[in-house]
Amino acid sequence: MTALSDTWALTVRDLLRLWRQPWFIAIVLVQPVIWLLLFGELFQRVVDIPGFEGGDYKQYLVPGVLVMTAFFSSGWNGMTTIEDLERGVTDRLLVTPTRRWPLIVGRLGQNAVQALIQSLVIIAMALAIGVSFDGGPLGVVALVLAAILLGTAFAALSNALALVARQEESLIGAVTFLQLPLTFLSTAFMQEALIPGWVATVADYNPVNWAIVAGREAVQSNPDWGTVAGYCGLLAVFALVCTMLATRAFRAYQAQV
Amino acid sequence: MIEASALKKDYGEVRALDGITFAVEPGTIFGLLGPNGAGKSTTVKVLTTLARPDSGEARVAEHDVLREPAEVRRSIGVVAQRSGVDRDLTGRENVKLQGHLQGMRGRELDRRVDELLEQFGLAEAGHRVARTYSGGMQRRLDVAIGLVHRPQVLFLDEPTTGLDPEVRAAMWQEIGRLKADEGLTILLTTHYMEEADNLASHVAIVDRGTIVAEGSPAELKASLHGDAVHVELEGANVNGNVEAALRGVPGLGEVLVEGRALHARVEDGARAVPAVLAALDAHSVPVATVTVGRPSLDDVYLRYAGRSFAEADKTKEEDE
Repeated sequence: MTALSDTWALTVRDLLRLWRQPWFIAIVLVQPVIWLLLFGELFQRVVDIPGFEGGDYKQYLVPGVLVMTAFFSSGWNGMTTIEDLERGVTDRLLVTPTRRWPLIVGRLGQNAVQALIQSLVIIAMALAIGVSFDGGPLGVVALVLAAILLGTAFAALSNALALVARQEESLIGAVTFLQLPLTFLSTAFMQEALIPGWVATVADYNPVNWAIVAGREAVQSNPDWGTVAGYCGLLAVFALVCTMLATRAFRAYQAQV
Repeated sequence: MIEASALKKDYGEVRALDGITFAVEPGTIFGLLGPNGAGKSTTVKVLTTLARPDSGEARVAEHDVLREPAEVRRSIGVVAQRSGVDRDLTGRENVKLQGHLQGMRGRELDRRVDELLEQFGLAEAGHRVARTYSGGMQRRLDVAIGLVHRPQVLFLDEPTTGLDPEVRAAMWQEIGRLKADEGLTILLTTHYMEEADNLASHVAIVDRGTIVAEGSPAELKASLHGDAVHVELEGANVNGNVEAALRGVPGLGEVLVEGRALHARVEDGARAVPAVLAALDAHSVPVATVTVGRPSLDDVYLRYAGRSFAEADKTKEEDE
C-alpha cells in the first residue's frame, strides 16, 4: 500500500515537472499530428500498389503512428533519471525508506499518462480527417493499451540504461540507434504481404510490431480478439521484465556511488 | 548513536576508506574533518545506506546499515554534499514529497511542511519552483527536506561549501540550534577548519581514508604544545635553502616547507620568531609575512597528516 502510494506521489512529481515545461508539452502534442498528416500525405499512393488491401492509407496508418509516437517518446524517459542522478535527487530518494520499484514505476506512470494524452490527440486528429475506428470504443481502448504497454517497456529500458550508463550521450546514442530501425522493421507503414520476407520475420520478434498488429486488429471491423489479447499479453510480460530490469539497475548504480 | 568500525571501501584502484572507526554520542555534533577526497563523503554514503562498504560494520540509531537499511533510513536525515533539491518543484512540493516517502500523510504532513518552511525562512518562497532560489535558500531547503520526518540523526555532508560567508554564518547558527533545541545527533563533514572548530564537540581528522587524530577541538589543539609559526616567503624555496637556514635555530620543532609557505612548531613563539627571521635573513631568504599563535586545527592537521590542509586539498583537486 505504501509503495503504491509512493509510486503515485512520484508520478505526480514527474507530471508536475512536465507541466512546467510548456514548450515540451507543445512539441509532445504537435509532433504526432505532424507524423500523421505528413506520412498520410507522403505515402498516400501506397494504396495503389497491387496487393495492398483497403482503399485509404490514412486508415491503415493511424495505429502505426499512434504506436510509433508512444515508442518514440518513451525512449527518452530515462533522460529525467539522468537529470535526477546529476542533481543528486536520485541519491536523496534512495536513502528514504521507499522501495526501489516505486522509483521506476512512478516514472513509468508519468510516461503512461503522457502516452495516453498523445494517443487521444492522434485519435481526435484521425477522426477529424475522416478515419473511422470500426472496432468500436473497446477497439480504441485496446489500441491505446497496446501503445502504452510498449511505451512502458521501452521507458523502463531507457531508465535501466540511464542508471547503468549515467550519461546523456550514451542514452541519446542508444535511443536514436534503435528508434528508426525498430519502427521500420514493422508493419507500421506497409502491409505484411508487401514487405520483404526477412523484414516480416524480424517483425515477428519486434515488440513495436506486436503493438502495431494488436492495435490495428483491434480497430478494424470484427476484430480477432484472441490475436489482440495474445499480443497485449506478450507486451505486458515484456514490460514487466523491462521494469524488473530497471529496478535491478539501481543495484548496479549503488555499487558505484 | 553512530558506530563505524573498520570500514573499508575501494573504487577500482582507489582506496576511499582504509579502516575508518569512530563513534558518535547521542545529542552531539561530530565533525569529520579533512581535505577533498579524504573519504568523508564515502563515509557518509556508507552510513546512510547509499553505498556498501567492502568490509567493516556500522550501526546508526541502533540499526545495522547493511542488515536493516530501511530502519536506518527511517531514523536519519541526509543533506548530501550535492544538493538533492528537485529544481522543477516548489520548495513546498519538495519537502512534502520527501515527507510522503518517509511515510507521513495528510494534515500531519502539511503542518510539518509549514513549520519547516517557516523555520528555514522559506515560507514566502515555498510556492516558487526551487530553480529560482539562491544558493543559500536551496541549501536551507535541503536541510528542511532532511528534517521533515523528525530524524534522530542528521548527516550534513559539507553543508556550507560554496556559500557566502554571511550565509555560512547563518547556517552555522541553525545547525547549532538543531542540536540544542531538538536534541539531534549530527554528523558533520567539512573541509573548513573553523566550521569544525565552531560547531563540533568532537572532531575526527580524516586523511587518505583513515582517521589520523580524534578528540575535542580543544584536546586536539592541546596535543600540540607550544606555538605555531607560519612564514610566507617572498619566493619559492630553492635547493632546501630554507631548511638549511633553520637548522641551527634553537627551540624549533617540526618544520614543513610547501612552496612559499613555511610552517613550524616552536616552544615559545615570541622567542622563536626573531631567531627564525634572523636565520632566514642570514641566508638571504626574503620574508613576506610572519604569523605566530596558538595551534589551530590547521596545525593539528599539519601535525597528523604530514602536510598542510591547503596543500592536501589542492593536490586532490588536481587529481580530479
